[in-house]
Amino acid sequence: MLEINNLTVEIGGRRILKGVDLNVEAGYTNVLFGPNGAGKSALLMTLMGFSGYNVVGGEIIFKGEDITNMSVYERAQMGMGIMTQRPPNMNGVKVYDLLNVISKDMKDTEELAETLDMVRFFERDVNVGFSGGEIKRSELLQLSAQNPDFILLDEPESGVDLVSIEQLGLTINDLLQKDCKCAGDRCKHGKSALVITHTGQVMDYIQADRGYILCNGTVMCSGNPREMLTEIKEQGYEECIKCKLMKI
Amino acid sequence: MQADEDMRKKAEAALKKTAAYGEDFDLNEYGLASEEEEQADDLEELSEEDQRTLLNVGFTPSEDNRAGSFIMLNNAVTHSSLRDDDVVELMSLRDAMKVHDWVKDYSWKLVEPDKDKYTAMSYLQDANGYFIRAPAGKKSKMPVQTCLLIGSKEVSQTVHNIVIVEEGAELDVITGCSTKHGVDKGLHLGISEMYVKKGATLNFTMIHNWGEEIGVRPRTVVHVEEGGSYISNYVTLKPVKSVQAYPTVILEGKGAFARLNTIAVAHPGSELDLGSKVVFNAEDTKAELISRTITTGGNAIARGEMIGNANNAKGHLECHGLVLGGGMQRAIPILEANVEDIELSHEAAVGRIAREQIEYLMARGLTEEDAVGMIVRGFLDVGIQGIPDELKADIDATIAKIGENAI
Repeated sequence: MLEINNLTVEIGGRRILKGVDLNVEAGYTNVLFGPNGAGKSALLMTLMGFSGYNVVGGEIIFKGEDITNMSVYERAQMGMGIMTQRPPNMNGVKVYDLLNVISKDMKDTEELAETLDMVRFFERDVNVGFSGGEIKRSELLQLSAQNPDFILLDEPESGVDLVSIEQLGLTINDLLQKDCKCAGDRCKHGKSALVITHTGQVMDYIQADRGYILCNGTVMCSGNPREMLTEIKEQGYEECIKCKLMKI
Repeated sequence: MQADEDMRKKAEAALKKTAAYGEDFDLNEYGLASEEEEQADDLEELSEEDQRTLLNVGFTPSEDNRAGSFIMLNNAVTHSSLRDDDVVELMSLRDAMKVHDWVKDYSWKLVEPDKDKYTAMSYLQDANGYFIRAPAGKKSKMPVQTCLLIGSKEVSQTVHNIVIVEEGAELDVITGCSTKHGVDKGLHLGISEMYVKKGATLNFTMIHNWGEEIGVRPRTVVHVEEGGSYISNYVTLKPVKSVQAYPTVILEGKGAFARLNTIAVAHPGSELDLGSKVVFNAEDTKAELISRTITTGGNAIARGEMIGNANNAKGHLECHGLVLGGGMQRAIPILEANVEDIELSHEAAVGRIAREQIEYLMARGLTEEDAVGMIVRGFLDVGIQGIPDELKADIDATIAKIGENAI
């Protein structure tokens, strides 16, 4: 589904990502760990094609096509979708109007809006005055309406209270593998995702197939995400950096 | 009589007095607009083109869902009809002067005849216009619609309107201003004096759709008494040579309220100098001035002014300007507090649409054009009620075009 080869990215002349290699197979949900400022969000923003993230080396292959120089719109058309940490205030753009434009099926969207308690936001301007949790619900609702094949989630659980986190997690899981009967089915028909998480809470609700640790703009390690999470919790990221240095 | 004579002399002396703002027009370059035009009793018998002109400024020729209709073509009243004379009075100002001897007490009381050459000219010509009055306690469910049309080339149209909303009454007015097809050059001078009395509400929506060589100089003052509300929407999205307006609302009674929305697009060659002013003269008065302007190559100046003269007055001023493909945006907010206990604030921002906003929508699958269109539509949407569908479609088409050209 996604193949990142030796990706180097600069923001305002500063090198943020250095030779990143990362894959997400069809139907897989991969998890990205790493300390603050490691470049995790920058990687997701670069994958979606947002301006300001200048690819100075390497390539991004999505569904077999080199999308490194494609516009945000073209990537979205190809089936990529994103939930960012801090979406912009969209003054004047009403939640309902946006959902109506992006929905493939407005009836489903309205049903999900009921579940996520977002109906009362329909006449509000997108993101304007939303709390952290409200932004997540709104983003998730938009993503579900858009229904992409490959989903980038930047800390979906941050700012969400403990009660809502379950609903959010279940909705994300639904979005990723609705109607998949088994693991084989998931590989064929399920969606792929790359998820950033600090706490790993979201992993209680979704399949997590492979984990990557990003430090200082470089992938340090990859492996079983649950094992990784346990190790990070016990030893922190320092060990990863040391370990990587040892290998070199 | 002596007072009239004095005023006439003052106005004559002011005929060369240039206005404080905006390009100066030489009144001698324009002929006087005719006071004789063919009457139009059945508006649905007007040509399709004329009906379209009316629709595009929010005027419905079928008169469906309208309490009354009034048209002034050049300087002649060509149509005046009323559905229910119990809830609202509508006639030409000259007729009103004949019917009620007290109308003169409302005439030239808010706007000074010698303010500038345009008011002076209108005064000296004894300009006609509409007289609309909602009797005390009456609430018309439907709006009154009026249209001021320039029908001949190189003439100056002079209009004088008076609107009175008596105690406890509610009135909605939609006024459209336009030119007949083929009329490109002309001048529109419009005096409006509006009185919102105790506990009354006036909703006033004005839509401008002028030609590329038309100069427009409206002069509007609104007087609001205790507990009264004045809500104004001003919309101008089409090319015009120059509009300079500075409508002023005087909140004279305790708890009076005003909200003025302006949405405007300055096309290449257009100069829009749009101000609004609120004077808080009584306690607990409140006002909001909201201006959303876009330039696609012309000049847009948004002046907003609030003068606080009474305690516990609250006002907020918002001037947002988008530059889409050239032109100039200038936002000039003025706040003045003359007493201690007052709260006036403003926010002003001019510039391009944030790239981040466009890409946010593109990431949801919208093309860049559609994304810009959606943001522009949202930017201009200040929630104006009661606009006919035909006008909405026209507004949407204009916005879509702006979106296309912005990229």
